[in-house]
Amino acid sequence: MKAVYFAWVRERIGLAEEELSLPENVKTVAELVDWLVSRGEGYALAFENRHSIRAAVDKRHASAHSLIASAQEIAFFPPMTGG
Amino acid sequence: MVALKVSVQLEDFSAQEEEKRLLSDRRDIGAIISFIGLCRDEEPPLSALELEHYPGMAEAEITAVAKQASQRWPILGATIIHRYGRIEPGAQIVLTLVVAAHREAAFASAQFIMDYLKTRAPFWKKRHFLDGSEGDWVMPKIEDDLALDKWFEAKSSLD
Repeated sequence: MKAVYFAWVRERIGLAEEELSLPENVKTVAELVDWLVSRGEGYALAFENRHSIRAAVDKRHASAHSLIASAQEIAFFPPMTGG
Repeated sequence: MVALKVSVQLEDFSAQEEEKRLLSDRRDIGAIISFIGLCRDEEPPLSALELEHYPGMAEAEITAVAKQASQRWPILGATIIHRYGRIEPGAQIVLTLVVAAHREAAFASAQFIMDYLKTRAPFWKKRHFLDGSEGDWVMPKIEDDLALDKWFEAKSSLD
């Protein structure tokens, strides 16, 4: 599964994208965040305030409870500021 | 037929050219609304805004918003262009053109498209300052979320 990061989430993690091999017990977006946070300081800093993070599963807006089992690409980013 | 055009691009756009394209060979259009969002300078002064986007999802979300607008109001066409990359104060960021037989549908759907685009389309703005100091990411405004509420109210009152 590919993970992609944008804006200050990307800056804090220090990567724009990476390939992830997830343990079997990681089934939802929220569980993926827990797992990422356990991987290091950059992740912990990026996800320190989970209310200010948005996620997309295969380029569609997702919630914390969204299932990720069959996903190709998961994205994490701050609230959007376009327009 | 609703003619929808969505483009996410680095290059600048010409509202006049896009208007001409949208209006060509049509005699059924009675109203055209053109909205252009510009990069506004701030205090401290900006050297530029840097617009980051999520390729693929940005186009898909804008298209979904335009389709929703076309289901909600009797519009005849819409062109939405959103730029990314480095944009200096005074330069254009976003264009929303909507054509309809009557002004009510054109005004309302153009505003709906901009309100939804702001909170759903994956774009992020980073400020770069003229004095060279460290840039920061623009924070979303609470008003942008509140702007969406009026459409839910409007919808339920119509239903």
